[in-house]
Amino acid sequence: MTAVEKTGAETFPVGDATPVRRMPVLEMRGISQIFPGVKALDGVSIALHAGEVTALIGENGAGKSTLVKILTGIYRSSEGEIFIDGQPVAFASAQDAIDAGVTAIHQETVLFDELSVAENIFLGHAPKKRFGLIDWKAMNARATKLLHALESEIDPTIRLKDLSIAQRHLVAIARALSVEARIVIMDEPTAALSRKEIDDLFRIVEGLKKQGKAILFISHKFDELYEIAENFVVFRDGRAVGHGRLAETPQDVIVRMMVGRDVENIFPKVEVSIGATVLSVENYCHPTEYRDISFDLKRGEILGVYGLIGAGRSELCQSLFGVSHPSSGHLTLEGNAVHIRSPRDAIAAGIVYVPEERGRHGLALPMPIFQNMSLPSLARTSRSGFLKAANELALARKYAERLDLRAAALSVPVGTLSGGNQQKVVIGKWLATQPKVIILDEPTKGIDIGSKAAVHGFISELASEGLSIIMVSSELPEILGMSDRVLVMREGLMAGMFDRSELSAETLVRAATGNA
Amino acid sequence: MKKLLKHRELLLVGIIAIMVAGFATRAPGFATPGNLANIFNDTSILIILALGQMTVILTKSIDLSVAANLAFTGMAVAMLDAAYPGLPLALLVVLAIGIGAALGAINGYLVWALQIPPIVVTLGTLTIYRGMAFVLSGGAWVNSHQMTPGFLNFPRVSVLGMPLLSWIAIVIVVLMWGLLTRTAFGRAAYASGGNPTAAVYAGIDIGKTRFFAFVLSGALAGLAGYLWVSRYAVAYVDVAAGFELDTVAASVIGGISIAGGIGSVAGAVLGALFLGVIKNALPVIGISPFAQMAISGIVIVLAVVFNARAERRAGRIILRDRGAKEVSA
Repeated sequence: MTAVEKTGAETFPVGDATPVRRMPVLEMRGISQIFPGVKALDGVSIALHAGEVTALIGENGAGKSTLVKILTGIYRSSEGEIFIDGQPVAFASAQDAIDAGVTAIHQETVLFDELSVAENIFLGHAPKKRFGLIDWKAMNARATKLLHALESEIDPTIRLKDLSIAQRHLVAIARALSVEARIVIMDEPTAALSRKEIDDLFRIVEGLKKQGKAILFISHKFDELYEIAENFVVFRDGRAVGHGRLAETPQDVIVRMMVGRDVENIFPKVEVSIGATVLSVENYCHPTEYRDISFDLKRGEILGVYGLIGAGRSELCQSLFGVSHPSSGHLTLEGNAVHIRSPRDAIAAGIVYVPEERGRHGLALPMPIFQNMSLPSLARTSRSGFLKAANELALARKYAERLDLRAAALSVPVGTLSGGNQQKVVIGKWLATQPKVIILDEPTKGIDIGSKAAVHGFISELASEGLSIIMVSSELPEILGMSDRVLVMREGLMAGMFDRSELSAETLVRAATGNA
Repeated sequence: MKKLLKHRELLLVGIIAIMVAGFATRAPGFATPGNLANIFNDTSILIILALGQMTVILTKSIDLSVAANLAFTGMAVAMLDAAYPGLPLALLVVLAIGIGAALGAINGYLVWALQIPPIVVTLGTLTIYRGMAFVLSGGAWVNSHQMTPGFLNFPRVSVLGMPLLSWIAIVIVVLMWGLLTRTAFGRAAYASGGNPTAAVYAGIDIGKTRFFAFVLSGALAGLAGYLWVSRYAVAYVDVAAGFELDTVAASVIGGISIAGGIGSVAGAVLGALFLGVIKNALPVIGISPFAQMAISGIVIVLAVVFNARAERRAGRIILRDRGAKEVSA
């Protein structure tokens, strides 16, 4: 059909309307996926053709992973149809998807260290002899054959833990191909690979194309996509906003599709007079996660930190908070050198971190609201080593009122609250420590639009009260709308520091993806 | 949840009362104040150990070495008393607590510094501490005639109509309640078990918290070592064999979540009393020791099922709340 989706005004007609070619191997029509409060996919249609690679492009959270999960039978879509060779199919389970010929190679592959290579490849569908016994000979032979097809000489009988990362990756690919798959999904397969390994992988992909497999390739790296893919689909906010032939589409057009045009002015930024430097980070390095990070943070300033997943943003922030430790570098807080060895040091110094995964990192669900709120502030609410429940309750009441926390009583366990109210407890808990610097990691992840506006309003309010804020976010509109300056990270390095005046979606995406 | 917990403690009180009343119909005199005081006195050591165990479990750990610790410390102080009858009792008690704490500190150190799972550490030290008791004694018993009367009689001294052993248990219950609800350590213990990651982010050193929980459990085991040896007037290697399981059982029956972070002192005490009542009643009404073990076992499994259901119900409430919010949003 044509290259234009029916998604309203935001559609990008790209290139020529591709003429009808062969029937697509796989077609998804009008797929929607609704999670409570969030529409992760909204009427998405894509088609995959035999012997071709289709690049799936989009920001973090655009809906790519959701699509993959629907295709592999992990989620069932709320609406829409899937056709394989023109026949409608329904995947009730992951096994159904495998039986239909869909296989996926995931970013972080799930393999078993203690099992042999062949066992890993055939786990769940091992060749059997009589009485249901595993046919080891056949299994090892088939594994060898599969690995040969991938130009690899890995011995199928050795245990997985003795292999390098790249070799494990090959095993994962072999596993994906061990089922009779015609549709192969590769979800950021190059993320952990070196250039040479990527070249090897691409040779394998070319081989798969020749065998007539339809490939859906997800990557953030444009140079790779142009190298390997014929077609592309761009997702934004759960919608397919454009597709076409990659060779006919310049990169900046795709970047514009990714970010959209309507990102300005959703977040009315409150103008705050920015004061003196509060925090200076100099040459922060970490053995594995990031290198040479330096920046200043001023009073009342909101510093956005943008980058792709895995760029080292959270790791940097965790180091500032003492959860992990930099291998070198200096930290200066209000002119004094500080050395932060633990979160306790950070809290004492006035740096707090509101983590991304609030459930996992933020709250002890069985404990009452007021005890959760007072947990980092116990030193202030206690008297001569004894806890004072009255002080704790007073503290909790103050921030509960300020944040408009809805709860039957402050003594009920946090676990009984709704998600939004739990979030308020987390924020209240950190504000109660009276910090100077507050680090917010994905502050609006997974909450609905209405609550987002409230959170943004609140962040601006904090800044106007003189707090310095570091806001890590993968959402461009949020970064563009809220930040006074933006630090962009790419693969653990500073890819740029941009002032508000020079902020634009294209600039940030280019810096984050490394396409100057 | 808290309502449920409170409810649960009341429930335990009710069940224990019904059990006592039921046994009283079969064995007249079972429910007399004197007999009930006896049962409490009999259960005192279990209560003390269960409170230590509970603290450890709150931090998402487990201490399987308490009974072995008890056996070693009991043996050590009994031999000291036999060898040097002139040593003051106070010194021996302090020594027992100190040795116990030191053994607990070994557990705590291995868990904290070497990051070995607590169940593995204490399974190892369980055998080691028993072995140490054997090495120390050469397998010999210390019998009542070898120990000094002061050493043996102290727990039996009657104060206000109750033996000192019961009073010691009561004092420790009060101290533990204060420690767990009124100090930063107690709060840290609940937080470390309730959500270890959140605790780290809140500036709590969970390793250190676990370490001190083990030291506390060890110190209480040490004290219990002295109390046990003096009460039963004999010390040998196999003293209190398998008793660590009773302490875990008492905690679990009392509603302390084996996953950590949930539980109360009252719960642990009631859990211990529940076991105490069963242990005392079953022989009275003529049930064989083997059936007793089976009955205790069934009760423990039921308690675990009950706990699991209670915790799951909390989860459902969250989901429903979330759903409700989204509908209204």
